[in-house]
Amino acid sequence: MARVQAALIAAGFRRHATYRQATFAGAFTNTVFGFLRCYILLSVAAAAGGAMAGYSGPQLVSYVWLGQGLLAVVNSWTMLDLAERVRTGDVVADLLRPVDPLWTYLWTDIGRAGFALLTRFVAPLVVGALAFDFYVPQSFLAYPLFILSTLLAIVVCFACRYLIGLTAFWLLDIRGVTMFWVFVSGAASGLYFPLAVLPDWLSTTLWVATPFPSLLQAPLDIAVERGGTGQALLVCLSQAVWGVLLFLACRWAQSRAVRKLVVQGG
Amino acid sequence: MIISARGLRKDFTVTRKVGRLRRERHVVSAVDGVDLTVERGELLGYIGPNGAGKSTTLKMLTGVLTPSGGEVRVCGLEPVAKRTTLARRIGVVFGQRSQLWWDLPLEDSFSLLRHIYRVPEGDHAARLKQCSDLLGLDEFRHTPVRQLSLGQRMRGELTAALLHGPEVLFLDEPTIGLDVLSKQAVRSFLTDLDRRGDTTVVLTTHDLADIEKLCRRLVVIDHGHVVHDGTLDELHARYRSRRIIVADLDTPWPEGLTLPGAVVTSVEADARRVTLTLDGAAAGEVVAALAQAVSLRDLSVQEPNIEDVVSRLYRDES
Repeated sequence: MARVQAALIAAGFRRHATYRQATFAGAFTNTVFGFLRCYILLSVAAAAGGAMAGYSGPQLVSYVWLGQGLLAVVNSWTMLDLAERVRTGDVVADLLRPVDPLWTYLWTDIGRAGFALLTRFVAPLVVGALAFDFYVPQSFLAYPLFILSTLLAIVVCFACRYLIGLTAFWLLDIRGVTMFWVFVSGAASGLYFPLAVLPDWLSTTLWVATPFPSLLQAPLDIAVERGGTGQALLVCLSQAVWGVLLFLACRWAQSRAVRKLVVQGG
Repeated sequence: MIISARGLRKDFTVTRKVGRLRRERHVVSAVDGVDLTVERGELLGYIGPNGAGKSTTLKMLTGVLTPSGGEVRVCGLEPVAKRTTLARRIGVVFGQRSQLWWDLPLEDSFSLLRHIYRVPEGDHAARLKQCSDLLGLDEFRHTPVRQLSLGQRMRGELTAALLHGPEVLFLDEPTIGLDVLSKQAVRSFLTDLDRRGDTTVVLTTHDLADIEKLCRRLVVIDHGHVVHDGTLDELHARYRSRRIIVADLDTPWPEGLTLPGAVVTSVEADARRVTLTLDGAAAGEVVAALAQAVSLRDLSVQEPNIEDVVSRLYRDES
């Protein structure tokens, strides 16, 4: 990997590593909600005779705890600095670099995700593993595929948030878009409940027509081996396609944005 | 010539509310036909009142804003089309913006910039040392940017803009909000940069002391037009700025006394202090005539005031 990328990833990692109390508080909250969600889903499964929408008890446990950990890694709830920098006009410094801001933001976000993986992913997972029995994948392939799918989820989620950040060039204040995104990305990515509990037509539409399942549902389903290796590969492929499409959308929107740019604040 | 602009224009469309629902759109020209050429190694002061179009011009020269009309070349490149290529060859400091990474120590921002601009390690270290010596960065190099004072941050910004050895440095109000010492540090740094002569500097400022101490050439812009392009002396000559003699006397100023080549502008302090404005005669002649006419206790000759000239210039144009 070229040194620019490595330097940007390291910078993203270090930026977030400076906020230790926030990291601790975030991991703690994720863990508490892990217990809540885990007990709710397990009691639903118990009432339904041991399984829920095809997920067994241990599968649900893995689903919840891995999801609680991945939430901070994928980071769909926190917006990039981009929108704020557009609003204040600081984006001008990003545009005056010899590197496209899309790439500088991507590499820094990957660094951030790396830090979250070491802290906010691991902490809830360890607590969850102490309190519950996790599902252990039967096929060894599930592990590398889970890692690949998580990486793709990070990239897809980054592209979505970058696109939302770019809307600031037109809207200036993106709070409305952000609220909409937080609600939809939570419900449609499998964070609140597995998408399989939805009616077939709805879950199929979400998988085919939206990038949301790529954010969490995809890696989680691979981790609990829903469908075989073939399906896991298909899921990764669809994530990759969404990643490419969203990056193209980002490039297009960015070139439009820069052309109409009015730097805020003189 | 490293910068050239011909007929450079930027129009903004502004919508104004008329009636309950109706909005009226009208076009405002922030920059209206600016012609400008800057030679390599020059230090140019680009001044004008608030809203004159200084920052807008700078943004068009650096490629972040698309001109509505006219031609512009910086380092032989068209700024907007070649923005990322040009970015390697110019440095920019916007006094009210930061290009440093807020959460990271200053030093980390510098090393990140080294990678982004692909600067060889040796060059980076040499430039950093030079800036560090002149601007005294050592005491806060390891401090996160968010904890720096404005003066410290601005010294960091200047360094950040110069680490890749730019051919042109654009400074948009680099001394805004700084205390006297930080201003001096920035000014002496820029003087040094100018003396070395390998960097062209375009400086916008409201601080006229910056101009007086730094710029040989001054471009004044108002309402989007260039209203003066020349030296400070030429500006004084154009506005007939005159030197002033203030004399303290042992005895009161005789009423009705006039001196050839000077006008009495005020008589104060029980008629023991008189202010004369030179009008055609040399200071020496007037002082000699003064010494013959009255008994002098103290005397000072004051250079024309740049603030006066510029405020007259701004008022004239508006």
